[in-house]
Amino acid sequence: MYGGGNTFEGIKSDELTGEDPVKLAEFEARIERGEKIEPSDWMPKLYRKQLIRMIEQHAHSEIIGALPEGTWITRAPGFKRKMALMAKVQDEVGHGQLLYSAAETLGKSREAMIDDLINGKSKYSNIFNYPTFTWADCCFISWLVDAGAIVNQLANAKGSYGPYCRALDRICAEESFHLKYGHHCVIYLASGTQKQRDMFQEALNRWWPPMMHFFGPSDKISVHTEILMKWKVKMGTNDDMRNQFLDMYVPKIWELGFTIPDPNLKKNTETGRWDYTEPDWEEFKRVINGDGPCNSERLEVRRIAEERGRWVREALRTAKTEYVTPLA
Amino acid sequence: MNNEALKELLYKMADDQLILGHRNSEWTGFGPLLEEDIAFSSMAQDKVGHSLALYTILQELGEQDPDTVAFTRNAEQFHNSLLTELPNGEYDFSLIRHFLYDTAEALRFEMLTQSSFEPLAQLSAKIRGELRYHTMHANTWIKQLGSATTESITRLQKSLEYALPYALGMFEKSPFENALISEGIFAGEQVLEDKWKRKVEEVLAQTQLQLPAWDTITPHLGGRVGKHTEHLQPLLDEMSEVLRIDPTAEW
Repeated sequence: MYGGGNTFEGIKSDELTGEDPVKLAEFEARIERGEKIEPSDWMPKLYRKQLIRMIEQHAHSEIIGALPEGTWITRAPGFKRKMALMAKVQDEVGHGQLLYSAAETLGKSREAMIDDLINGKSKYSNIFNYPTFTWADCCFISWLVDAGAIVNQLANAKGSYGPYCRALDRICAEESFHLKYGHHCVIYLASGTQKQRDMFQEALNRWWPPMMHFFGPSDKISVHTEILMKWKVKMGTNDDMRNQFLDMYVPKIWELGFTIPDPNLKKNTETGRWDYTEPDWEEFKRVINGDGPCNSERLEVRRIAEERGRWVREALRTAKTEYVTPLA
Repeated sequence: MNNEALKELLYKMADDQLILGHRNSEWTGFGPLLEEDIAFSSMAQDKVGHSLALYTILQELGEQDPDTVAFTRNAEQFHNSLLTELPNGEYDFSLIRHFLYDTAEALRFEMLTQSSFEPLAQLSAKIRGELRYHTMHANTWIKQLGSATTESITRLQKSLEYALPYALGMFEKSPFENALISEGIFAGEQVLEDKWKRKVEEVLAQTQLQLPAWDTITPHLGGRVGKHTEHLQPLLDEMSEVLRIDPTAEW
């Protein structure tokens, strides 16, 4: 998990003024040729800013995303699930670590990023503002939220910034195991007792709307990001990503005998794309701006963890240590 | 071979590993820095894995399957030491417990590589290698935080004094102590305790922490005979919460 559904701010018209036109042209030509941009290379200020924003959001999503699943580690049913879930959530925290390092190559420290997470300046994937009521909710995340994230991350791994792409290659390899684990859990619920099947159906009903939100606002209403697409910061439109996810996973959900709570969901044979009920984008905005069921709880947990760990971090700082920006 | 003695030994070791593994896993998402989240999770996975391996040997000796044994017994049926079941508290306590416990576990498994019970000797040889990283982790952090700031030293000192009586409870003697020793299954808790004390002294001597005289510490006993603190049963209730929804189901 857990990247994806990144929110982008609208770009102001003056944000590219002041860039050296020759360097800018050279930079764009490199990206056009499929070359990767490395930390010490010249880059426009806007590119740096948007990348920090995106990688940071992704890193935050990993560590906040560890919370709704992490709470089920101590309750996972049986050795097999307990050990797999521990390993899976550990991977996610590890992805956070990897991504913070990738973002640090652009000049913002991990401490500054975590401060911005806690003070609400920087976002994380909206889907983690919803609660995991049952074991089946946890299985939904492991399978389908991870699946959605993989769709996004495979696309982003083809982007232009070297350190982020390399981090994503490693992350995607691990994610493919998460997906198998999640699918395996859901198969057991699907082929189990009536109670187990009901548990997953209820989880699916709860999580479908946030899952549709996951890929970000519909292209019709989302901010213009042409320049970010050109620079290969953003690799596909929100609707394309959502469609790809539906293509891959709706048949698998149906195959297990579950009902997706959207009567309009069907593949349109003419367009080759999925028709669906547009999710409530007002709710999406409300939740991303802080008013979701778990926003304050998630940030509070993070804030307390930072607060309680402060003395440890201070004890690690000795006169001899100094901050070094990672190179790649 | 005295099966009863052997089972008692295996149960207390397996229960220790399971309960502390469970506690370690509670740090996921809450560590003082991401690297520690990850480290405690690794140790949790190892320990829960070790408990599974030990319960599997018990199954071969005629006990029920590992899931049933681990997820359906109540607190009185568990033989873990009280040290392992205490809540994580702040990082200072978790770190001190990790140091005191893993120092003992590493020595215990080291001793058991010589066990006359072959399956346990083989397993111990494998586990010993993994525990080396656990003690390396504990020692590194104890040395760093035990010599860093006034706050870190004070915190660790307080947690050390709180944890030591529980730590000595790890060596509560088994009713089968003599049989285990005479049959060469395990050299016994006394030998282990002595080795452990020397090791703890050696590491703490490299810090600014003060180790109280051993004879001033009264061990907190009871865990090995199923007399636990109020913290164990809630942990077990949580652990079995999903399984109990439908114990006949496969999850």
